[in-house]
Amino acid sequence: MRIVNADQVRDVVRKLCIEANCHLTDDLKTCIKDCRACEPFPVAQGILDQIIENYTIADENNVPVCQDTGMACVFIEVGQDVHVEGNLEEAIHEGVRRGYTEGYLRKSVVRDPLDRVNTGDNTPAMIYYQIVPGDKIDITVAPKGFGSENMSQIKMLKPSDGLQGVKDFVLKVVEDAGPNPCPPIVVGVGIGGTFDKAAYMAKKALLRPVDSHHEEEFYANLEDELLEKINQLGIGPQGFGGKTTALAVNIEKCPTHIAGLPIAVNINCHVTRHQHEVI
Amino acid sequence: MTKKIQAPLSREVARSLKAGDSCLFSGVIYTARDAAHKRLCELAAQGKELPMDIKDAVIYYVGPTPAKPGQAIGSAGPTTSYRMDAYAPTLIAMGETGMIGKGKRNDDVINAMKEHGAVYFGAIGGCGALLSKCIKKAEIVAYEDLGAEAIRRLEVEDFPVVVIIDSEGNNLYQTGRQEYLNSL
Repeated sequence: MRIVNADQVRDVVRKLCIEANCHLTDDLKTCIKDCRACEPFPVAQGILDQIIENYTIADENNVPVCQDTGMACVFIEVGQDVHVEGNLEEAIHEGVRRGYTEGYLRKSVVRDPLDRVNTGDNTPAMIYYQIVPGDKIDITVAPKGFGSENMSQIKMLKPSDGLQGVKDFVLKVVEDAGPNPCPPIVVGVGIGGTFDKAAYMAKKALLRPVDSHHEEEFYANLEDELLEKINQLGIGPQGFGGKTTALAVNIEKCPTHIAGLPIAVNINCHVTRHQHEVI
Repeated sequence: MTKKIQAPLSREVARSLKAGDSCLFSGVIYTARDAAHKRLCELAAQGKELPMDIKDAVIYYVGPTPAKPGQAIGSAGPTTSYRMDAYAPTLIAMGETGMIGKGKRNDDVINAMKEHGAVYFGAIGGCGALLSKCIKKAEIVAYEDLGAEAIRRLEVEDFPVVVIIDSEGNNLYQTGRQEYLNSL
C-alpha cells in the first residue's frame, strides 16, 4: 500500500488552479488558430485574433485568461492501492482556497444558492471521485465559468426519439445559447445512463482534448457531423456572425434503461480550462 | 471605422451610435453585476441616492479578478448581460446611457433603451487579460463586502466595444449573423 500525504494533494490542487486559469492547453490554442485560418467572415476573423492575443497575454504575464475563474471542478482518480494520510477532501478544498487566494483568482462561490453570501475563498470545490486500479492519484482541475454553464441543458428523451432526437437537442441547446456563452464554444455531450450520469458525462467530455475523437467510430462521426451542423448556424465568434461557432463537440456515452434516452449538453466557452497531474 | 467616444456618454452621442459600430471608450465608467444591481434598484425604490452619478453613466457588467502587485486591475472581461435585465430599465430611466456586457437582452431593456436613448455595447467575452490593459485606474466606490461584485469606478482609455443594440433597437446579433449567412 503506497502512502500519500494529503498535503501533497493540497499543493498539487493549488498549483493546478493557478495553471489552469492562466494557461490554456496546447490542443485548444492550436484549434483556435486553425479555426482563425478557416474563418471567412472578416468580423469573426478580428474577434478570433483578439482571442489569440488575449491568451498570449495571459501566458506571458501569468494572469487569468478570463475574469470568471470559475468554480473549481476537481476530478480525482484515486488508485485503490493508495492510502491517503490525512483528510483528502479537506486537502482538496484547502488547495483551492490557497490557489484562488494566493494566485489572485476571483472568488465566485456563494455559500448558499438563495442567501448568496460569498465564501470569500472560492471553496468549496466541486469534487468528482473515482476509484481506479493502481497506486497513483490522478488530479484534474477544471475551473468552470458560469456564462457557459448557465447555457447548458438536460433532457430525458424517449427511446423513439433516437439519433435524430439527439442531434436536434444538441443543435437546439447551441441555438438557445446564441451569443451568451462567449462563442466559439466547446460542446460536451453525455448520452445515456441516468439523469445525473448524463450530466456528469457531459462535463467530463469537456476534459477531453478538442482534437480528440470518441473511440467508437459511430460516435466519432457523430461528433464531426454535429460540429459541422453547429458551424452552419452562423452564430459565429461572440455571436456577431461567422463560421466559428464551436471549436469541438465531445461526446461520452454509456448504457441506459430500456425506457430512457437521457441527454445532457454542457457548454463551455473558448476558455475551456483544465490541467492535470499524477501523484 | 472605429469611433472614439467619451464616458460619461451624452444622450446625443448615444443616439448617434448604430448597431455594428466599433468604438473606443475613454473616460470614467462604473462596474456593477447582479448583486450590485439589486442593491441599486432597492435604493431607487426607496427614493434614496445612488452611490454614483447615474446621469449619462456607462455601466460595465464585470467582476474582475484581484489586481496583482503593479496592476491597476486584474482580468476584466464582460459577464453575461441578461442577468441584469430585471434591473436595467430602472437605471436607464434614471439616466444610464450605456451598458457594456455580452449576450442577449430582453424586450423590456430594449424598449427602455429606445424610450430614453441608451446603448448596449459588447466587449469580447473571455478576453479579460486583453481588456484589462485599457483600464488605467480602478477604485471601489460602494459595496466592498461584495468582493468582485463591488461597484468600482474605472478610468479607461480606448476600451474597445461594439454597439450590439442601438437606441433604435437595431441588433447586431441578428444583422451580423444574417450578413454572414448571406455572404455564403
